[in-house]
Amino acid sequence: MNNHPILKSGFTLAIIAAVCTGLVAFTWQLTNAHIAANQQAWLERSLQPALSGLVFDNNVTESMITLQPPHGLPGSEAATIYRVYAGDRPVAALFLVTARDGYTGPIRVLVGIDVNGSVTGVRVVEHRETPGLGDRIEANRSDWVLQFDGHSLHDPEPGGWAIKRDGGQFDQLTGASVTPRAVIKAIRETLQYFEANADTIFATRADADVQERD
Amino acid sequence: MPTSLTNRFKDGLWRENPGLVQLLGLCPLLAVTGTFVNGLGLGVATMMVLMASNALVSATRRWIQPEIRIPIYVLIIASLVTCIELIFKAWFPALDRTLGIFIPLIVTNCAIVARAEIFASRNTVASSILDGLVMGTGFACLLMAIGAFRELLGQGSIFSRMDLLLGGEPVLGIILTDGGWLLMVLPPGAFFSLALAIAAKNAIDRRRREKRGTLSRRPRLLNR
Ligand SMILES: Cc1cc2nc3c(=O)[nH]c(=O)nc-3n(C[C@H](O)[C@H](O)[C@H](O)COP(=O)(O)O)c2cc1C
Repeated sequence: MNNHPILKSGFTLAIIAAVCTGLVAFTWQLTNAHIAANQQAWLERSLQPALSGLVFDNNVTESMITLQPPHGLPGSEAATIYRVYAGDRPVAALFLVTARDGYTGPIRVLVGIDVNGSVTGVRVVEHRETPGLGDRIEANRSDWVLQFDGHSLHDPEPGGWAIKRDGGQFDQLTGASVTPRAVIKAIRETLQYFEANADTIFATRADADVQERD
Repeated sequence: MPTSLTNRFKDGLWRENPGLVQLLGLCPLLAVTGTFVNGLGLGVATMMVLMASNALVSATRRWIQPEIRIPIYVLIIASLVTCIELIFKAWFPALDRTLGIFIPLIVTNCAIVARAEIFASRNTVASSILDGLVMGTGFACLLMAIGAFRELLGQGSIFSRMDLLLGGEPVLGIILTDGGWLLMVLPPGAFFSLALAIAAKNAIDRRRREKRGTLSRRPRLLNR
């Protein structure tokens, strides 16, 4: 061995690599269940604002469908829809969509719409807008996102789905008009998608149940 | 190497502060210090990695041939950072989401390799863990100070979103003014804050030296 320093080095490296891998594997074992539970809890918590006031009995996070682009919803990445039912009756659909035209990048928005087409709640789930300007779209920074509750595609008419300075009905954020424009556009497009596709969105529930019973 | 404990802490916090004096780990230092809680979170994560990597490097130092020590340090640090990331995801999920990519990027914090090379590879395990603790504390204090400074000037608040670390409902912290000087929250604010911190440290050091200097010189001046 002493004549082969390269072999010796390789051997040391291999042992250290094995020990380090073991360490990571052990930590993963230890944290794995926690991480999965956190992710589930986080998802449930982030859907909650759009579910308040609804009466339903299904497991919303399990009623998810994922649509690959092109899907007609805002955003060029996959969109997610969570369906809410009471028995077999559709109650609402929650959309996780992407507003592409934020000031600093895409904005992930959760839009809840009930069967009648009214907004049940809007939350910004992920964004990189400027702190102090665009980040007031977060519910814990200002109540800007709350103003959409109860509105629908025809209340106001599509022209009204804009900030006030663009002739619309909704408040803007001072000094930051780009961000609100992007979010409002995404909500409006989601409402339009829902109006055109509500039947297909809710139709698959029956199928899923049949499969489960089999 | 100073032996007494207070001396070691003075080194880590002040005389050899990894961020202020050695100017190591500037990438995370500049990137995550928008708020106090971000600075604290990343500071603590870095300190944990530093202590663990110092311990492992020191424990294995007898078997590590000098020519392969750097790849081994990288291996050890990368694994530890992965572990810390998993731990954060499991127990501080909210903070993990705000710090995002910067936890994996602790790997690139050269302060950690530097301590492995300068200290842990030549000292006992206990002494190396202590080194990780003091250097990590120094780095974390700087992150927190810059985070607090930028948050105060940039958002007019302090200790906002402490819930990320402590759990519970979102807290807005102590709000002093509504809004602030936007520039301080943006990347240039990080550079300005660090520059001010280094300048302040140098000024304090110089004043101290001058005071000591004049004290020891005064008798001679009087003699003249
Ligand atoms: C550094 C910087 C960051 C900005 N960030 C945002 C932002 O996150 N969201 C936004 O809508 N506008 C942002 N703006 C402002 C836009 O450039 C634009 O001026 C503003 O949206 C127009 O709004 P107003 O017509 O209400 O003034 C930012 C501007 C600067 C200089």
